[in-house]
Amino acid sequence: MAYVAVKGGERAIDAAHAWLAEARRGDAAQPELSLEQIEQQLGLAVDRVMAEGACYDRGLAALAVKQARGDLIEAAFLLRAYRTTLPRFGASLPMDTGAMRIRRRISATYKDLPGGQVLGPTFDYTHRLLDFALAAGGTPPPAPMAAPEGEATPRVTGILAQEGLMAPEAKSDAEPPDLTREPLSFPADRPLRLQALARGDEGFLLAMGYSTQRGYGNAHPFVGEIRMGEVAVEIAPPELGFPIEIGEITVTECQMVNQFAGSKTEPPQFTRGYGLVFGHGERKAMAMSLVDRALRAKELGEEVDAPAQSEEFVLYHCDNIEATGFVEHLKLPHYVDFQSELEKVREMRATVFREAAE
Amino acid sequence: MTELTPGFADPVLGAQSCFRAILEAMSRPGRLQRVAGIEQPPAPLGLAAAAALLTLADADTPVWTDAGAAAEAWLRFHAGCPLVAEPREASFLLATGRIPSLATLAQGSEEEPHRSATLIVEVKTLAETVGWKLTGPGIETEHRLQVAGLPADFPRQWAANRAGFPRGVDVVLTAGPWLAALPRTTRIEEA
Amino acid sequence: MSTMRSAEGGAPLGGEHRSRESHGPTATRSAEGGAAPGGEHRSRESHGPTAMRSAEGGAALGGEQRSRASDGPTTIEAGYNFGYLDENTKRMIRRALLKAVAIPGHQVPFGSREMPLPYGWGTGGIQVTASVIGPQDRLKVIDQGADDTTNAVSIRRFFAKVAGVATTEHTAEATIIQTRHRIPEVKLREGQILVYQVPMPEPLFRLEPRVSETKRMHALADYGLMHVKLYEDIARHGHIAISYNYPVMVGGRYLMSPSPIPAFDNPKMHRMPALQLFGAGREKRIYAVPPYTSVHSLDFEDHPFQPIRANAACALCGARDSYLDEVVTDDQGGRMFVCSDTDYCNTRQGSREAAE
Repeated sequence: MAYVAVKGGERAIDAAHAWLAEARRGDAAQPELSLEQIEQQLGLAVDRVMAEGACYDRGLAALAVKQARGDLIEAAFLLRAYRTTLPRFGASLPMDTGAMRIRRRISATYKDLPGGQVLGPTFDYTHRLLDFALAAGGTPPPAPMAAPEGEATPRVTGILAQEGLMAPEAKSDAEPPDLTREPLSFPADRPLRLQALARGDEGFLLAMGYSTQRGYGNAHPFVGEIRMGEVAVEIAPPELGFPIEIGEITVTECQMVNQFAGSKTEPPQFTRGYGLVFGHGERKAMAMSLVDRALRAKELGEEVDAPAQSEEFVLYHCDNIEATGFVEHLKLPHYVDFQSELEKVREMRATVFREAAE
Repeated sequence: MTELTPGFADPVLGAQSCFRAILEAMSRPGRLQRVAGIEQPPAPLGLAAAAALLTLADADTPVWTDAGAAAEAWLRFHAGCPLVAEPREASFLLATGRIPSLATLAQGSEEEPHRSATLIVEVKTLAETVGWKLTGPGIETEHRLQVAGLPADFPRQWAANRAGFPRGVDVVLTAGPWLAALPRTTRIEEA
Repeated sequence: MSTMRSAEGGAPLGGEHRSRESHGPTATRSAEGGAAPGGEHRSRESHGPTAMRSAEGGAALGGEQRSRASDGPTTIEAGYNFGYLDENTKRMIRRALLKAVAIPGHQVPFGSREMPLPYGWGTGGIQVTASVIGPQDRLKVIDQGADDTTNAVSIRRFFAKVAGVATTEHTAEATIIQTRHRIPEVKLREGQILVYQVPMPEPLFRLEPRVSETKRMHALADYGLMHVKLYEDIARHGHIAISYNYPVMVGGRYLMSPSPIPAFDNPKMHRMPALQLFGAGREKRIYAVPPYTSVHSLDFEDHPFQPIRANAACALCGARDSYLDEVVTDDQGGRMFVCSDTDYCNTRQGSREAAE
């Protein structure tokens, strides 16, 4: 019998990479996408990749989208793998989203409020009709600009807090844990949970948040406020002794307000679910705030019985880089273990048939 | 302040080769390993002890030592490790004089026994064909190890340390460029 | 500046400091800078170009020439730190490894990093190997027992690129063997390190998915759940129905997953002269079995542990003692068996030919 063990893994890999490069480029008669085009015209894809890739760099995220052929989880993975190799210079100071230069700000809990409702660049009230004019291309007319009102835009939760209606968050100067340097451990405190959720998969958080609205978890949410815009990032180098601004990033913040009936120690008031996401990522910020609130069940003395309330379930499964790796690793060869299973099943079948024959 | 002497001549490969020596030592308790890569650590730091700390300690690991100001400055500069006054707060301890009692050091918990201290002791001499009989994981039948410079009650302290398994302290003994390790699983019988 | 410098633990005038300073926190990463995982950002930990490992005498052999069983050291791809990981990460992993060796079978959590390979494809093993490996080492990588399976090729290439170390397919020549799903047939010796890639480090996870619960069980050495599961297998099937990833007790204290090796390989772990290290990247756990440590496959007195292998001889080398892969040769039920350990099989075939 002429059997030769399969060889040539290296050549196969090289050939596959070459094919991938060709497929990525597509029909060479078409102009190639530039990173600038991706960054400008597929901006929300770039934002999502930055958020789940946990690395704020639009140019690199655009490159990742291009390299991944538009597969956004693959792109986030590329960005994460790059991120790990970067030197760590220090930690930024807490960002003040209250001082955000606002491009969008809406509240569902008040008709009008100081600072006003700012719709910004939203899909919300578009009719979801395919726009065939877009297929033809062209430059849209400039959008009308209102003069900035110049007044401050206080947070809705702050307005509620003035009346004592909003449960205050525990202040702490403790160094927050760092998910990128220490593995998750349980019970996970809120800073750790929020870190995990902030880079978690949008689809997973969406489904989890949705489940809390359908009765799996005790949720009575109102969107206190969603705001999106630019916020300064500051660091305080020890050799300077005072903070300096190192740049500005776009973030989306959602503060979800929930009724809370009170407990033995707390009067009835509203509690907060919090979402913060790199870039313009409203769906994820909202879902994150629902899940954050659900995960506070234990702390607030509520029953913990729904999936979205289980720390281990949510935090161990929200990371799409981990999830995709493990799901997809099933396509690696497993024939050694399968051989053992074959022999074991044959042995067990033999036992069954032998017993049946007796 | 006096001039600081250099750390590893090659920080990357020096640490790698020192780590392999420590890994081998921890895997084969009582077997001597020779370490190189540092020219002249400040006294009373021996070469192996200094190299071990540069290999393992950094800003994430509080270090306790009795080796004095020059050694502390050297460690702070090259390893960037915080130095602590309380032995129980340290991840790594380097004793050149009297060793702190093992029972006072971080032992880890039943769930997290790895959160325990590693004690490095600079001793007078180490020899491996005579002395204590060591048995346990990492040892095929028995290893011999003779240590000059440990307190007389060390074997008793060690027995108590071992009895607390999986909690407990791990020890690295150094003498100049040589080192040997005693993981918490090793049983010591005095010859 | 002294704080930055000392945090790196580098020599006062090391090249790494210069390059670190060359881009402050505000430096924007241009598209080119980030294109290759490399560029100047990576250079901070690497010793300067003059210290590169070509001094070992290795010509820059491309990964393509890997058809030979052994390759000499190669030069490290410019811009990478030796072993890819930065020195802080290596120190963290090295600390975890030492505690793992000191507490045989106990899972030590570690700050697993995102690697340029997907989770589930060996990121834990790769991080362990990267933290251990040095220029004197000779690395062998196997997947399913074979050196030329695609994932093994990919991992071996990775280390040739970022550590420039010599590689080999010969088990006996290797100082570090990274493996997925097998233990080589040849008895390993002192001076060798076997690094296992581990998908699920927790042996109890199918019985109790909550890590907070399994942690408590390990603390109490409460392994009743597993014994009950095995007992139920026997009651229902007459056999323990586990054929791979068969749980073991290490040093009589910790229940441990041997990684998904076939149960056939379990006995090789017992009192192995080589050091065994286990890395689970996605689950962020490291554990170890020191040399000459007892590793016992769980069983019952009336149902002793039985390693499984196909009852056949290797069609290529005739071995009757090795683990065999079943190869389907046609669609009529034709099949043959060949050694899963390709080096073992090749060596046996070679010595048979020499004898003829």
